[in-house]
Amino acid sequence: MISAGIVTVSYIAATILFILALGGLSNQETARRGNWYGIIGILIALLATIFGVVTQHYEILLTALVVGGAIGVLLARRVQMTQMPELVAILHSLVGLAAVAVGFASFMDPNSHFEGVEKTIHDIEIYLGILIGAVTFSGSVIAFGKLSGRVGGKPLMLPARHWLNLGLLIAAIWFGVEFVGESAAGGGMEPLIIMTAIALLFGIHMVMAIGGADMPVVVSMLNSYSGWAASATGFMLSNDLLIVTGALVGSSGAILSYIMCRAMNRKFLSVIAGGFGTGGGSSSGGGDGEEQGEVVPIEAAETAALLEGAKEVMIIPGYGMAVAQAQHTVFEITKVLRAKKVNVRFGIHPVAGRMPGHMNVLLAEAKVPYDIVYEMDEINDDFPDVDVSVVIGANDIVNPSALEVPDSPIAGMPVLECWKGGTTIVLKRSMATGYAGVQNPLFFKDNTRMLFGDAKATLDEVLKAL
Amino acid sequence: MRIGVPKEIHAGEQRVATTPEVAGQLMKLGFDVSIETGAGENASFSDQAYRDAGCEIVDSAEALWGGADIIFKVRAPETVEAVLLKSHQTLISFLWPAQNPELLKQLTDSGATVMAMDSVPRISRAQKMDALSSMANIGGYRAVVEAAQHFGRFFTGQITAAGKVPPAKVLVIGAGVAGLAAIGAAKSMGAIVRSFDTRPEVKEQVESMDAEFLMLDFEDDEDGSGEGGYAKVMSEEFIKAEMALFAEQAEDVDIIITTALIPGKPAPRLITAEMVESMKDGSVVVDLAAEQGGNCELTEPDQVVVKNGVTLIGYTDLPSRLAAQSSQLYGTNLRHLLTELSPEKNGEIDVNMDDEVIRGVTVCTGGETTWPPPAPKLSAAPAKAPEPEPVAMPEAEEPSVWGPIVAMVAGGLALLGLGAVAPPSFMAHFTVFVLACFVGYMVIWNVTPALHTPLMSVTNAISSIIIIGALVQVSSGEKLIMWIAAFTILITSINIAGGFAVTRRMLEMFRK
Repeated sequence: MISAGIVTVSYIAATILFILALGGLSNQETARRGNWYGIIGILIALLATIFGVVTQHYEILLTALVVGGAIGVLLARRVQMTQMPELVAILHSLVGLAAVAVGFASFMDPNSHFEGVEKTIHDIEIYLGILIGAVTFSGSVIAFGKLSGRVGGKPLMLPARHWLNLGLLIAAIWFGVEFVGESAAGGGMEPLIIMTAIALLFGIHMVMAIGGADMPVVVSMLNSYSGWAASATGFMLSNDLLIVTGALVGSSGAILSYIMCRAMNRKFLSVIAGGFGTGGGSSSGGGDGEEQGEVVPIEAAETAALLEGAKEVMIIPGYGMAVAQAQHTVFEITKVLRAKKVNVRFGIHPVAGRMPGHMNVLLAEAKVPYDIVYEMDEINDDFPDVDVSVVIGANDIVNPSALEVPDSPIAGMPVLECWKGGTTIVLKRSMATGYAGVQNPLFFKDNTRMLFGDAKATLDEVLKAL
Repeated sequence: MRIGVPKEIHAGEQRVATTPEVAGQLMKLGFDVSIETGAGENASFSDQAYRDAGCEIVDSAEALWGGADIIFKVRAPETVEAVLLKSHQTLISFLWPAQNPELLKQLTDSGATVMAMDSVPRISRAQKMDALSSMANIGGYRAVVEAAQHFGRFFTGQITAAGKVPPAKVLVIGAGVAGLAAIGAAKSMGAIVRSFDTRPEVKEQVESMDAEFLMLDFEDDEDGSGEGGYAKVMSEEFIKAEMALFAEQAEDVDIIITTALIPGKPAPRLITAEMVESMKDGSVVVDLAAEQGGNCELTEPDQVVVKNGVTLIGYTDLPSRLAAQSSQLYGTNLRHLLTELSPEKNGEIDVNMDDEVIRGVTVCTGGETTWPPPAPKLSAAPAKAPEPEPVAMPEAEEPSVWGPIVAMVAGGLALLGLGAVAPPSFMAHFTVFVLACFVGYMVIWNVTPALHTPLMSVTNAISSIIIIGALVQVSSGEKLIMWIAAFTILITSINIAGGFAVTRRMLEMFRK
């Protein structure tokens, strides 16, 4: 048994290590070290708690730790890089579930000895911890379902859904008041359970209403929630380590959500309220249907010739590349072209894919060196010098109407301005519109060529032609 | 249906309407292809190459015309060919119906369907069938090659041990498809290239090819763009200013390539005898309009003549002089047209007169002349795009001074309220919480966007610190609480191990 002082010191050490872990992610060189800081931090915290706080049931504890750890490592080994968003979502749900479980256990603990205001505050903390935890849990499960295709990607539009959300919120608050009142009298289990059910419903409804391409925002928002859940649990247990860590994670997720929203020029609230493109979009939609000209298709062999003749090539990957698993072929093509002294670069839009940084991870998996992968802001001014841009399975992030059509549903969203370069080759399965439901004038531009078909298959052909 | 490709009988014509490669693609559309023996010889395609592509080789023109449903030709049929055409057949070739009214009448009377590749409407959708453009492109390139052949010096400037060579100066008049191709070819050989065109919108195109666009010293903004993106006849004053410019340029440049044509009109006279006289000895003029009377007063169609020391090239068959390339592009134009005609790709054609393109190319069918077609609905280049309305930029909103202050005051009051009722122990935790939020805020902004996914997985692993709560509870004497805690430990440890392991896996992949 180690003393309470040592436990506290260990917690401080763990906190510092967590901050260093996040700080390490500021660039690729220090990121690996950062991850080790995180691992060491959590090990210190675990050991300090096991040897300093736990008094019995070691065997159950260890079994759970080992079994859980083994499952976790197995999951991490097995997962495909394209399934990363799903994995992250399901892991978030576990944090949410844990927060709910810890909250209930804490509430049922007969040894709690709070009085008066402290009792009320403790009850509110439990209540908040369970509420956030439950929303995170059910929301993440639905997000997982959507990302893995088990649940349809289309936003679910219940009539009067805003009122429904408001109703659920009011009900949650009302049961909160009930709970605190009953808890003071010794009861309170009933309102707590009802509230948990409401929170679960709320989480489901919230994520169901959000469509596929808003997923980066949802995933980072759930990331944030899982942090706040941990923080609320920390308050409940008067544990600073939980509070600090939860706050770090919570603000991290919140910032990510903010970055994603800014990249789509959307208000956070309107993403959460769901149903993109149904309000303002349809009213201005009159102009979208009219014919915008002809698209010029291109064959794989011609594409290869164009790429070979170019000096500057920009590759713009989107979710379609992830779906087709084309990242390895893309890199093979990149290698061939670079050997021929073609300067190949990658331009990544912040919301490309289904998760912040999704494209970077896929390209890294295919061993694309990260110093030729650029963020939108870094390369958007270079497009006039680019000879050939290759858009792989992306649509809205290269839509010129975001800049040119003031009443477009995506107006003001920053996009990769590939049409300013020489030729743009767009790989697409069909002429369907992107997630925003907006026709893309890029496809009809004179210097755009459409290469139809599955991205992987067509790129394989291009590679062969090279 | 069977496609027949006869040998071109026009004297000097070296092109063929289908290459072995295109023939293979036609067969994919479900057609059979017959080739008259020796049809591709002049364009360097042997009978064997066609046979390898799966074509049938036919010995005589009569047999070929007799056995085919669709005839592909380059040149308009001569009288001996036209009599071979039967009413059930379809003929596709260049025709020039405006210049050949008798031929048109003869073809109409045969009852066959005839499509003229020179009548493809100038709309974007039909660009891939626009044989005029693809031939003009070749003509422009070949014009430069011919000029180089007759020009006694380098195109590119050089400084050699034997002395300095100035670069050749090339003037290209008319920057249409042929003109632009000529600019490109001359430019890539190293010449200084200037160009002039009456249509101001091509200035950008000329400049995009790194050539100089000559401006007229002319006050009126006269726009020379006519219907369908072609040029039109200009006013007298304009022509006067234009001629002055050419006279001035003629003394300076070494090579003039003229490509000026106005649809349905004789070619405009742009280079007079005096201008030719003023050119330096050894200069070259290539007149791509020789067939329509010539842009230069002195050129003779189909001839190369030297007058006043200046070589004047008046070839009218420049595309045919690059036969393999021309055949390939023309064949591809034909294939695209056939794809339009056979939407089902079943080897049958459907002459759908409601289709703008098919209506445009069809000059006669079923004994009726259907030429000229109604004017196309859409021009390739709108004559004048309406001035875009200046987009009213929303005034940048003054950042309100009051907003943040109100928020801060409200936040402060809320904190005060909390501090008034909450016990000190809570406030201590709360302090830590607020500070941690700020630390998180500062740290996360430094994270590079490329690492956002690892960031999420690592924060996810860290947020499993909630396991501490479960560890505290697992020692509880209550069985239920203990089991709940054990379950929590199980799931959070999945998260910890999984989160860190997958982050490590991802970070391992980020390599320079």
